[in-house]
Amino acid sequence: MKDATVATTSPALPRPRRARRLDWRGTSSVVGFFLAWQLAVNFSLPGFTDIPTPWEVLVTFVRDFLFSANYWSSWLVSFQRVFLGFFLAQIIGIPLGLFFGTHATFRALVLPVFEMMRPIPPLAWVPLSILFWPTTEASIVFITFIGAFFIITINVFEGVRSIRPEHVWLARSLGAGTLRIFRRIMIPAVVPSIAVGMTLGIAVTWNVVIAAEMIASDSGLGRLTWEGYVSSTPTIVIVGMISIGLAGYLSTMIVDWIESRMMPWKQ
Amino acid sequence: MPTDAAIPVRTTSLLPNRRTWLAALGFAGFILAWYAAVHWSPFAAFNRLPDPFEVVVEWTSSDPYYGISIFTADYYTHIFYSTYRALAAFGLAVLLGVPLGIFMGWKQGVRAYTGSLLSLLRPVPPLAWVPIAILVFPGVEPAVIFVTFLVAFFATTMNTLVGVRAIPQDYYRAAACLGASNRDVLFDVVIPGAMPSIFTGLQIAMGAAWFSLVAGEMIAAQYGLGFLIWESYSLIQYPTIVIGMATLGLVGYLSSAAVRLVGRRLMAWHEQRLGMAG
Amino acid sequence: MTTTASHPPEDLGPRPQTGGLGIANVSKVYDPEGRAVVALDDFSLDVEAGDFVAIVGPSGCGKSTLLNILAGFDTPTSGEVLLDGVPLAGPDLAPRPGPDRVVVFQQGALFPWMTVLGNVTYGLLKQGGVSRREAEARAITLLAESGKLDRIADAYPAQLSSGMQRRVEIIRALINDPRVLLLDEPFRAMDTVNKSTMHRHLLELYSRNRKTIVFITHDLEEALFLADRVIVMTTRPGTLKMDIAVNLPRPRKREMMASDAYLALREKAVFAVSEEAKRAFERGEREMA
Repeated sequence: MKDATVATTSPALPRPRRARRLDWRGTSSVVGFFLAWQLAVNFSLPGFTDIPTPWEVLVTFVRDFLFSANYWSSWLVSFQRVFLGFFLAQIIGIPLGLFFGTHATFRALVLPVFEMMRPIPPLAWVPLSILFWPTTEASIVFITFIGAFFIITINVFEGVRSIRPEHVWLARSLGAGTLRIFRRIMIPAVVPSIAVGMTLGIAVTWNVVIAAEMIASDSGLGRLTWEGYVSSTPTIVIVGMISIGLAGYLSTMIVDWIESRMMPWKQ
Repeated sequence: MPTDAAIPVRTTSLLPNRRTWLAALGFAGFILAWYAAVHWSPFAAFNRLPDPFEVVVEWTSSDPYYGISIFTADYYTHIFYSTYRALAAFGLAVLLGVPLGIFMGWKQGVRAYTGSLLSLLRPVPPLAWVPIAILVFPGVEPAVIFVTFLVAFFATTMNTLVGVRAIPQDYYRAAACLGASNRDVLFDVVIPGAMPSIFTGLQIAMGAAWFSLVAGEMIAAQYGLGFLIWESYSLIQYPTIVIGMATLGLVGYLSSAAVRLVGRRLMAWHEQRLGMAG
Repeated sequence: MTTTASHPPEDLGPRPQTGGLGIANVSKVYDPEGRAVVALDDFSLDVEAGDFVAIVGPSGCGKSTLLNILAGFDTPTSGEVLLDGVPLAGPDLAPRPGPDRVVVFQQGALFPWMTVLGNVTYGLLKQGGVSRREAEARAITLLAESGKLDRIADAYPAQLSSGMQRRVEIIRALINDPRVLLLDEPFRAMDTVNKSTMHRHLLELYSRNRKTIVFITHDLEEALFLADRVIVMTTRPGTLKMDIAVNLPRPRKREMMASDAYLALREKAVFAVSEEAKRAFERGEREMA
């Protein structure tokens, strides 16, 4: 019996074009986007009369920002706030989520209050936060924390809820103590939920930081963008936006990397 | 409200009656803690905050000290503005996002063109668009709605896309075997199949819309709950801040619940998870 | 290696007019990552209208590829498939699935968002020419005949047991009066008791309304119990290894499985399949090394 893995009897295959590294269709729409932008400014379409062209933005960026210490310290400041708030949200949210999942009495007591506060948009907390916290920095980090906290807690809670009681009963009947069950059953079940919470949380956190900075701070990328607006310099606004986008993108990559370390078995 | 599927690390299961009592206790504890923090804590920061009773009194007074209560027209004006903006943005996002998500999920060709562009724009926090939006759009109102729309749009499109892609191939094949045309497949397989994901996306979009709207209002609008909160802060009308926050929470919750309810009605089949699983 | 097998005693009634399948030298080559993978190599088979043919073979032998080509979900790289003499699939023909060859899927593909009635009437309504009331009436009749399933006509698939789901899916296929019924390991995930019930059920439907059936399975006993012919495929590249005529009388009974005739057939089939399984295993080892 034939055991060949190469076709000997079939006719020549039409060789399929190997997918090139470059994605033509995707690239063309991105290029199209920039082109549309350029043309909108060139033709002074309504609304675009004061907007700079992509080229102008690039030039301004290289000229005024790329080598400015102020610019890069804005990056640092914003990043700091994001990760601090994010980190705090994990530290408090993960145990809270675990408690919600495992202690019915605690859950009955605290969850209703938690759920009541959850729909309040994080930015609505800004005034209270400013009133309460002694420094602007602390108030911004608090808002950031609020943004990520609810998401992370809920996700961890859902993760714990998804553990099948049968697994726990089985472990118990085999003599496992509470700590063992915690380590061997709960942690692995909860890790993916933590990962999801992190991914969702980081996006929200960036949004929150930017807005908080625009409203109530004197430093950071959000502030930079806002100042561009206030001083009627759209170029700066766009540079700010792109910077924020890049920063957000970078954070997502970092979070993805952390997740891949947390869950090496996932592709 | 989540159900009682506790992990029996401790074997406790609570009767609904007991749960209600505990919830009430939890709320009472929360109110007490708040009151205590305002009046009895040594921190000046806390002392400035309004206590729960001040807030409730103000909220329900027919002649509120700061002008906003359930009996004042202004209160409802603010609610109306916020709600109208949120719904407009949300509606637009659904109108554009769901079809786009469906076509992106269904047709590889569409995905190839739009995927890169969306990935490029997505990481930009929508609120970063506020200044540009104000410059480009003819007024603050459209700008705020636009930014709110953006957030809801991304959430809707992404979830719809994921929902469509998750449909097992066998359903398409079965439909084809049974004589379905392309159009039939769209309405009989793609849309119903993606519905659960679409509705999850819509709930997220609703929440995201409110989140974004409040920010937009605080930054740059007249009227609206976000604006109210910020203004109350500048005018040192602290109880009103809390009224605004609480109202926001309430309205946000109701709108998400409404979406969820509509979803449940449309997807009676999804609820039927009972039956003898073979 | 094709043989047109002789057929068991005709207690089945006359053959249907349509449903003759001619598979001629069908090959299917995939080209992932630039390495040609031959799924099917020069596979040929003639199926007379009304035959119940089972196809068995080790995993990866191309059974599903073959079914996809027969169903019209895929095109062969070379060779052709004829249905009642008319070319159905070939390298130049666009893949065209349709109600003349309906598939019952391995994982079950009842539309979860439609009721049983909605599912069963779907094909009839899509093809047109039948009013909704008429389609529903036909559906109810068929469902009732298959173990009083009309009682669950308004239930959703998620509420049914897997056995019921399968039966409904088969009815959904048969109501369209296809020329060929294709089943892709439909009872794979079922336990023995449920499977037996399904077998009985399928054979009942077959005897009442004789159609060409192509039944893919990895379960040899199932194949021998149900079919008139059991085709054993080689491991990849898949071609026809052995064509076993199952001359057991119909209606088939469980007791037959103890008969000498059956045991002889089974031995023949087991030997052929295990030979191929061994080859597949060794190749797998070589590929991994």
